[in-house]
Amino acid sequence: MGKLLEVKDLRVSFHTYAGEVKAVRGVSFELNEGETLAIVGESGCGKSITSKSILRLIPSPPGDIKKESQILYKDKDILKMNEKELRMLRGGEISMIFQDPMTSLNPTMKIGKQIAENLIVHRGMNKKEAIKEAVKMLQMVGIPNAQERVNQYPHQFSGGMRQRVMIAIALACNPKILIADEPTTALDVTIQAQIMDLMKELQNNLGTAIILITHDLGVVASIAHRIQVMYAGMVVERGTTDEIFYNPKHPYTWALLKSVPRLETKHKDTLYSIKGTPPDLLKPPVGCPFASRCEYCMEICKEQMPKPTKISDTQEVSCFLLHPNAPKVEPPQGIGGKL
Amino acid sequence: MMNENLIEVKNLKKYFKISKHDILKAVDNVSFNIRKGETLGLVGESGCGKTTCGRTVLGLYEATDGEILFKGKDISKLRGNEKKEFTKNAQIIFQDPYASLDARMTVGDIIAEGIDIHNLHTGKERTEKIYELLSLVGLNKEHASRFPHEFSGGQRQRIGIARALAVEPEFIVCDEPISALDVSIQAQVVNLLINLQRNLGLTYLFIAHDLSMVKHISDRVGVMYLGNLVELASSGVLYDKPLHPYTQALLSAIPIPDPDVSRTRKRIMLEGEVPSPINPKPGCRFAPRCKYAKPICKEVDPVLKEVEKDHFVSCHLY
Ligand SMILES: Nc1ncnc2c1ncn2[C@@H]1O[C@H](COP(=O)(O)OP(=O)(O)OP(=O)(O)O)[C@@H](O)[C@H]1O
Ligand SMILES: Nc1ncnc2c1ncn2[C@@H]1O[C@H](COP(=O)(O)OP(=O)(O)OP(=O)(O)O)[C@@H](O)[C@H]1O
Ligand SMILES: [Mg+2]
Ligand SMILES: [Mg+2]
Repeated sequence: MGKLLEVKDLRVSFHTYAGEVKAVRGVSFELNEGETLAIVGESGCGKSITSKSILRLIPSPPGDIKKESQILYKDKDILKMNEKELRMLRGGEISMIFQDPMTSLNPTMKIGKQIAENLIVHRGMNKKEAIKEAVKMLQMVGIPNAQERVNQYPHQFSGGMRQRVMIAIALACNPKILIADEPTTALDVTIQAQIMDLMKELQNNLGTAIILITHDLGVVASIAHRIQVMYAGMVVERGTTDEIFYNPKHPYTWALLKSVPRLETKHKDTLYSIKGTPPDLLKPPVGCPFASRCEYCMEICKEQMPKPTKISDTQEVSCFLLHPNAPKVEPPQGIGGKL
Repeated sequence: MMNENLIEVKNLKKYFKISKHDILKAVDNVSFNIRKGETLGLVGESGCGKTTCGRTVLGLYEATDGEILFKGKDISKLRGNEKKEFTKNAQIIFQDPYASLDARMTVGDIIAEGIDIHNLHTGKERTEKIYELLSLVGLNKEHASRFPHEFSGGQRQRIGIARALAVEPEFIVCDEPISALDVSIQAQVVNLLINLQRNLGLTYLFIAHDLSMVKHISDRVGVMYLGNLVELASSGVLYDKPLHPYTQALLSAIPIPDPDVSRTRKRIMLEGEVPSPINPKPGCRFAPRCKYAKPICKEVDPVLKEVEKDHFVSCHLY
């Protein structure tokens, strides 16, 4: 499996009147051909901003991708590409399913035309072929009466149907990389499973690499090869799916797994949630960003950011608990090992 | 258990005319009650009419046919003060946190919109209330002066929740209030909704795709399929003993957060063409995809009937 994408020390800020919001603070990762990398983490931790940076979709101002950042696609730095190169990249080589379907669809344009446009630009189809293909794509994502539906506008679609239109647009050009930001949140579980199968099929047939951003750890368990856990603009742990589910090492990952809703929990009992709030990214802490909410926090954690420690060839954790001199702690009951 | 009905929905229909010949039956003859202090969960396939149902119940869409009673009064007949009272008492948390927040307003003003309309608090009291609501949903007071585009998806969703809670309503339609949130904040919001219900007696219609959360928060759960209510039961019973073939397929597809289990598990695959709500054919809407379908299913509309105590299903198998 070849390396397709390499993000190096990505730093993204937003300049607001209140000051500089440091949304992404030194994120590095690789993506290989044919793999699915899941990015998980608390709301606001920088998942969407990281993925939008890959397509250079951060408006500037107020957004600001720092100079030291690099995003290499087939060894070429996306952050240095010109407009023409970017156009070919977006929607052709790399496509994205956005978290907000309503704002990314054009409310004044018919659904069919919106899908067809991409096909005309990237696959050189004529208008008639493109509309025909658009109907096929809508059927593929499970929208009935596609023939009539292509002539409707976004507001006439339900939330989940709009999301599926976005998915159809993203898949239409057989991208090398598919970035899917919460692709199935508005979908019921049967259609969700169908969409996941569709993504897996695309991957098997064409070797597409997928970056999947989602809060649904059930979906992650069923489709991801590797998982990257983010917190307050940083990667705190990464590993294979089995490593993260069965042998997690970071206290934030523990807390995350413990918060997962389960069918067995008692009716209306208080569910576990992590106490406190994530740090304000206007003034991010110097030490570990999770320190203020961590049950195992030590003095050093507040003063210094821990360096990544390798657990295996694939697993890496940034936490002082893994320092040889740190006290040994066990993950909380029910975390790690079989769930 | 309280037995007084806060909401009664009787034979509700909401049709959209989408062209000269085509009628889309988004909600087709749906009836249910919600008792005071109860949470009714509503689940079902994407596009089956949950949002339309919720909006019509609040009077945001005009019903094509049928009746909606709030405290025994037909909401389409409310006027003047009564109507104003209803719009304050019945709130919605919108499904789409992006489109539903006015981009030109600060978060504080968005949250206080209802407070201002209904003149509930002014000046310092208003500001205090905004801060209180922000902290209730896990945001902080610095956020009040910022604009929606400066927030992530999950943060915006919480702004929508704070806005709905601001006017202290009695009834809230929660249209996928947690789907954009991470699991820890999901838990926080669900705990919050349950606590508000315990302390203030709130009533919810809770629409969501996350079936484990729906089970957790709901007293009863209704399952919709293509504009129809196909099953209704207490949440424990529905999950332990689903009767409708669609409900069974739905429950079998819940993703399990355990890689080994999800690799080996079999889910009930729904074969066949997904039928359309546009000019639907007679008979059970699920019949084309149902492996138990008999000839009668394609001809006669099944009706919702009580097959066990408080367990309703609309299916010719029963
Ligand atoms: N235009 C902006 N101006 C200021 N801050 C911003 C802007 N856009 C994003 N942010 C901040 O950047 C941080 C990261 O946002 P991002 O959208 O990447 O979060 P996320 O991890 O995708 O969260 P979610 O799971 O809720 O979608 C957030 O704290 C957000 O408040
Ligand atoms: N304004 C409208 N005009 C025409 N058709 C509409 C309109 N609003 C909704 N519909 C149609 O009504 C049906 C039900 O939509 P609704 O939004 O209620 O579904 P839903 O159950 O909430 O789905 P989801 O889970 O995807 O949000 C869909 O077929 C949709 O296309
Ligand atoms: Mg996001
Ligand atoms: Mg909806």
